[in-house]
Amino acid sequence: MDLRDTLEEAAFRAELRAWLEENLPAGLQGHRGGATRFEGPEMREWSRALYAAGYIGLTWPEEYGGGGAPYTHQAIFLEEMARAEAPPHIGVIGIGMAGPTIIAHGTDEQKGRYLAPLLSAEEIWCQGFSEPGAGSDLAGVRTSARQENGHFVVSGQKVWSSFAHIADFCILLTRSDPESTRHAGLTYLIVDMHAPGVEVRGLRQITGEAEFNEIFFDDVHVPAENLLGDVGSGWQVAMTTLLHERGTLGFALQATLEVQIRKLIALAQDRGANQLQRDRIAREWIEMQGLRYTNYRSLSALMKTGTPGPEGSISKLVWSEANQRVTKLALEILGPDAALGDENAPYGGYWQYQQLRSRGNTIEAGTSEVLRNIVAERVLGLPYSR
Amino acid sequence: MDFTFTPEQEALREQAREFLAANPEPTWVQLAELGWTGVSIAEEDGGAGLTFVEEAVLFEELGRTLYHGPYFATIGLALPALPSELRAEVAAGEASWTLALGPLVPDLDTAERVAIVGGDGIYELEDGEREVLATTDESRPLGVVRGGDRGRRLADSTVLAEIEARSQTALALEACGLARLALEDALEYASSREQFGKKIGVYQAVSHPLADAYTRVELSRSLALWAAWCVAIGDPQAAIAAAAAKSYAGESAVAVCETAIQSLGGIGFTWEHRLHRLYKRALGIESFGASGTRLRAEVAAALVEGEVPGLSQTPDSVPVTQGG
Repeated sequence: MDLRDTLEEAAFRAELRAWLEENLPAGLQGHRGGATRFEGPEMREWSRALYAAGYIGLTWPEEYGGGGAPYTHQAIFLEEMARAEAPPHIGVIGIGMAGPTIIAHGTDEQKGRYLAPLLSAEEIWCQGFSEPGAGSDLAGVRTSARQENGHFVVSGQKVWSSFAHIADFCILLTRSDPESTRHAGLTYLIVDMHAPGVEVRGLRQITGEAEFNEIFFDDVHVPAENLLGDVGSGWQVAMTTLLHERGTLGFALQATLEVQIRKLIALAQDRGANQLQRDRIAREWIEMQGLRYTNYRSLSALMKTGTPGPEGSISKLVWSEANQRVTKLALEILGPDAALGDENAPYGGYWQYQQLRSRGNTIEAGTSEVLRNIVAERVLGLPYSR
Repeated sequence: MDFTFTPEQEALREQAREFLAANPEPTWVQLAELGWTGVSIAEEDGGAGLTFVEEAVLFEELGRTLYHGPYFATIGLALPALPSELRAEVAAGEASWTLALGPLVPDLDTAERVAIVGGDGIYELEDGEREVLATTDESRPLGVVRGGDRGRRLADSTVLAEIEARSQTALALEACGLARLALEDALEYASSREQFGKKIGVYQAVSHPLADAYTRVELSRSLALWAAWCVAIGDPQAAIAAAAAKSYAGESAVAVCETAIQSLGGIGFTWEHRLHRLYKRALGIESFGASGTRLRAEVAAALVEGEVPGLSQTPDSVPVTQGG
């Protein structure tokens, strides 16, 4: 047990920190996120700069344009990005989900075609999993993929798809066997978002902006070479994607929570906080530290055994509920001014926006209810509820 | 960065679990024979020359079995105040100690010698009168000392900061051990007990609180082990880490026991089941020294008015900090 960086990790951290100081544009530091990150070319330029400096795909094999680095480097990268308040690479779906799935299940041609432009932010990806009738219960997918003359014809509707309006490709879970039900008969496709028959409509959310979208597929032709995995094995392929969504996110989540709590402390210094509020500030900081070292334990197990520790499965659950409490506490410290919106609000409306946005945290990427089921059934071994 | 136990530390845990299962009420001499009383005592004083991380393993296991004896008082509380030759006695199992940090002194019924804080130093109590009090947690009686004289001067009071960090961390670790056992009891019950034709663990009204209890156990462990490591290497974060660990793990152990008692229903409420004993130790840990609320006031002061030190640098002094 040694919580310090190794010499090699310390060198990587120092080099990265210096690079961020030198290269992070002032206008992007402390970027509030949300839909504004899609506007203008700055975010893509920043993403490209991160890639050119070798910080994107750190743990991917070198043959696919990655850095071949250990997971600890990825953890340090996320910690330092958060410390510098640098916005993440814009291609989060590509890097976190599509890329790892293509590495695991893709053909050599697919790897050669898609991985490099995904890392460099030349091409943006979105995810087409959820449907109006298939949310937490993903096996209810109905979007159809008919096989016809050596290609697929896709029809249906996906929903809650972030980045779809700027995306070049979609990882799409379809039902290729119309007679099938549940987990069988599903097929995983890569779909060109510029193909005829693809329509994207923004979904305005609780914050007033549109970060995610509905996607409509109307007889969209998808070439056979865009099949990922085998026809009918879509469920297994999708599980790879979701494993990555939940497995590698912990450090990023803890790091963003740490930034949020740092801002909360600055707010308390600026506006004053009473004893009850101070107690809650301390409570949140302590739990955030607990989350940090829980991630460290899970990562250490991954480094030693190749499998992340089971305790890592609580990261998203803990982060999402903490972020909701932290942002609401900030509104409480703001007092009556918390009612003011946008430009009238203190600090440019940062806290009002963050608090509303946080309500999505316990819904997106696995609801807290589903995550508690996963902990209960798969980690604690309680009997399955379904 | 490596947050795993070494094979030797894992072996120590296994030894502790097996030994304590077979000997739930070990004597001080037995613990000394196992080498547990001298874990972090220097080899020249008859100890093993290891660190608080190894002691952390033992505190967790001793908490799990609600060990009744002077291990916490001696190793978690008094040890930093003891000079070399008195440490040698502890390592050899010839002496056990407790330290009166506040009016209620732990393990007064089993500790042989008593240290007191006075003025600028820590002294051995001579000829004092001891009274062991009835306590809710029968496995860790508290007592008071009256009268007596300052005997030998043991240490300067500057050692108190280390004692605070060690003792808070030791209690956090005990809390982790007992909370884990309470959770295991609840999981076993929820997996076997049937009502309305189903195992009760199927019902999310039962399983989700248990998932939350697991979350609290794991976050507690992460905080307690972070604090233990800080104490072991004398990290500048040790004080705040220990306060964080004790406040979170203490309150969590209470909450986890409450969830477990509720999960077991009537059985969990009986004297016969061990849950009430785990619960009472948890309550005792939470109230001992500084409660969660008081510790959070200290943490808040450091966060809002003061400064939180960074984690230690790497051995060659390359600057390292945590993400924030």
